[in-house]
Amino acid sequence: MSTLHTVNKSPFERSSLDTCLSVVSNDSTVLLIEDGVAGALQNTTASSSITDAMGNGVKFAVLGEDLGARGLSADRVMDGISVVDYAGFVQLAADHDNVQSWL
Amino acid sequence: MSETKKFVYMNRKAPYGTVYALESLEVVLIGAAFEQEVQLVFVDDGVYQLTKNQSTDGIGMKNFSKTYSALGDYDVNQIYIDEQSLKDRGLTMDDLQELTYEDEDDDWAEKSSMKLVNREQLAELIGNADVLLNF
Repeated sequence: MSTLHTVNKSPFERSSLDTCLSVVSNDSTVLLIEDGVAGALQNTTASSSITDAMGNGVKFAVLGEDLGARGLSADRVMDGISVVDYAGFVQLAADHDNVQSWL
Repeated sequence: MSETKKFVYMNRKAPYGTVYALESLEVVLIGAAFEQEVQLVFVDDGVYQLTKNQSTDGIGMKNFSKTYSALGDYDVNQIYIDEQSLKDRGLTMDDLQELTYEDEDDDWAEKSSMKLVNREQLAELIGNADVLLNF
């Protein structure tokens, strides 16, 4: 069963992303939304754990609208994380068997 | 005339995901009317509040980032940014908007309101505050 994991909390403030990454499987996708988009930027203290998960086959996406609201441009996002819009969010939800929201 | 106190506003949350950033800004602007000494500190995720080029059209929320540039007109011109918080988040001062004020004691010269601080300086700011307000 593939799962879409959404993380809406900043990795610098809450442990949501860490917990998510500790249980995510390689047929799943982690989508960073709301304050969670902070984790998608290059050269942060969260980058290495995301790189590690990518190495294990986990896919990553980030919601472009939430990046833009926070003044974070898509070209600052880590390689391997795809920037999606709301339609892409819906598509990801449809493409996976289930959605786990790390609220 | 009442005694002037030093108010320090600690801003530690990113904008939009929660309402803290907007609430803080509103309290600062209201408080500015009382002619107290005001210092704003942006630490942890609070540094995201000051990023340039915020565009909230896509999330359907009001973009309040431009309001920060009005702070100088309210004599709120002591704005401190925690250096470590920027670094941990892959950001630099270049990612933040420039906040300035006009110095009435220096022929209204335009000067920067922003200062990058380390944790030692941050400790000093907190230690010297009469009133600490946390958001």
